[in-house]
Amino acid sequence: MLKYVIKRLILFVIVIFGVVTITFFISHVIPADPVGAILGENAPQELVEKMERQLGLDLPLGQQYTRYLKGLINWNFGISLRTQKQVSEDLRVYFPATMELAFLALFIAIILGISIGVISAVKRNQWQDNASRVFSLVGISMPAFWLGLLFILILYYHLGLIPAGGRLSPHISPPPMVSGLYLLDSLIAGQFRTFWDALYHLLGPALVLGWIQTAYICRVTRSSMLEVLNEEYIRTARVKGLRERVVIFKHAFRNASIPILTMIGISFGYMLEGSVLTETVFGYPGLGRYAVNSFLSLDLNAVIGSVTLIAICYALSNLIVDLLYAALDPRIKY
Amino acid sequence: MVSNLAKENLQNWIVSWGKRHSSEISDFKETVYLIKKSPLTMVGLAVILILIIMAIFAPYIAPYDPVAMHLDNRLAPPSKAHLLGTDELGRDILSRIIYGAGVALKIVLIVLAIDLPLGILLGLAAGYFGGWIDEIIMRIADIFMAFPRLILAMAIGTALGPSLRNTMIAIALTMWPVYARLARGETLSIKERTFIEAERALGTSNFRILVFNILPICVSTLIVRATLDMGNIIRIAAGMSFLGLGAQPPTPDWGLMVSTGRNFLINQWWVPTFPGFAILLAVFGFNLLGDGIRDISDPYLRRGRQ
Repeated sequence: MLKYVIKRLILFVIVIFGVVTITFFISHVIPADPVGAILGENAPQELVEKMERQLGLDLPLGQQYTRYLKGLINWNFGISLRTQKQVSEDLRVYFPATMELAFLALFIAIILGISIGVISAVKRNQWQDNASRVFSLVGISMPAFWLGLLFILILYYHLGLIPAGGRLSPHISPPPMVSGLYLLDSLIAGQFRTFWDALYHLLGPALVLGWIQTAYICRVTRSSMLEVLNEEYIRTARVKGLRERVVIFKHAFRNASIPILTMIGISFGYMLEGSVLTETVFGYPGLGRYAVNSFLSLDLNAVIGSVTLIAICYALSNLIVDLLYAALDPRIKY
Repeated sequence: MVSNLAKENLQNWIVSWGKRHSSEISDFKETVYLIKKSPLTMVGLAVILILIIMAIFAPYIAPYDPVAMHLDNRLAPPSKAHLLGTDELGRDILSRIIYGAGVALKIVLIVLAIDLPLGILLGLAAGYFGGWIDEIIMRIADIFMAFPRLILAMAIGTALGPSLRNTMIAIALTMWPVYARLARGETLSIKERTFIEAERALGTSNFRILVFNILPICVSTLIVRATLDMGNIIRIAAGMSFLGLGAQPPTPDWGLMVSTGRNFLINQWWVPTFPGFAILLAVFGFNLLGDGIRDISDPYLRRGRQ
């Protein structure tokens, strides 16, 4: 077990190093033209050269790479050309926004996904099961950005249940920054109106992200429960005369929960990806939208910063899933 | 006389071919039977067939030219003349969706045409030779898999410059590790079997063993996986076009149509809604088919159904 953990941690370090390197090479070697994007194509030569010097693009590649690594260790990506601020500062603002969204969405997905999945497995091949299978297949096929647009059209425009976008209403100022999570910070400061307003703004994007992940969790829950429900000890438990509820939740669900837990971990990784599209649709100022905007304006430092941060989170969630899996399932020997 | 003899020979050959391959033939018949028995798989198959027909015969089916602009008929609501309405340049949305099927299928086919051979090549090499070759290939695969796919595809797509071609390259670069891993695992398990040992004892070269014994088994596994991935490829490509990092106008790409139609969501809902529905339907069809094929090709589930 310990050996496995150590091996997995070493792999994690290798992967992070690789991710960082690939990000650097993608953004430096392949011929996009960031300077041209900033100054326009017809910029005078001196200006272009000055800009290149400013960005360090005139240095040989090896030097650029070591400079980049040095900066990375201090969590310094340089200045974003779009926002004119330190990229790391921008990330500090946008990252918690995405985390807040992802956690809320995950919360929705876990509750809905597991309950629908359990019902589906227990009522196998009945209408509840068929309905939930279609629901989850539609969910995993759903383009997040389109679902977001439908939500805006129906829930915002026609029903007025969610706001148009953003993170807070214009007349409400953000709570004093502690964690950067508005829900948490507003509670700490005792500003309940801010709390409700933040929650209200999270609702739309969290439902979109949550529905898609609900579908994944529901599928895994169903198949995992079905497998366990076929085991002989479940029959024994029923023959013993235990109530069905006890059989399902105490005997079956507990043993079915390891794959579900894994799926939840994987879902969290998917959310980082889904947040890019969802945040763009809802105009939610999070990491995903920040990344997209920096991509579109070829804002090199911001691109590197946001991609690195997203990849690290993703690798970290995979690491946690693997370790949890090893820790929870006594049948697995490493 | 000569032709009669040739005919007889051919007939004999067909009969003997049938006999030699009788197990494969009955296996194939059983597969067809299982597909027919599963209604959801049939629905998936039907959706995909419609997509393929739309893609091939687009010029004959589509009522209008997908890029012809009619500025006097902008943003017309669905009507008899334009069943799904027109977009902000007066182009017929239905025609653009029909042509878009070709774009979507092209993306899927090209990505897989890059990734399947690449994955097989790297996976076979890693699994068969092991040692440092294996270590290097699989660690690179790990690194590529450590990015969320859309993010990596976005990064590569942006660096190469946003276009349909670069979208396909970018998606292909994010997906190869899946196939390489599968092919490697498959190779590892086959390599140890006795029939390979026998081949080796007979002095068969590594190359021959790889190509004639291991490759065919890998290919079928990888194809099953590929059908499961087709929906995802469409979804990622649509996502990239939606963000403006993929196909560029005036390509009739579904994701791009939703993206430009976004501005008209409230007052002309049909502009972004129908292309988005096409994406959902296509991905749904591929997922249904992929699920069905996975179940059918799984020997455990297959036995269970009989």
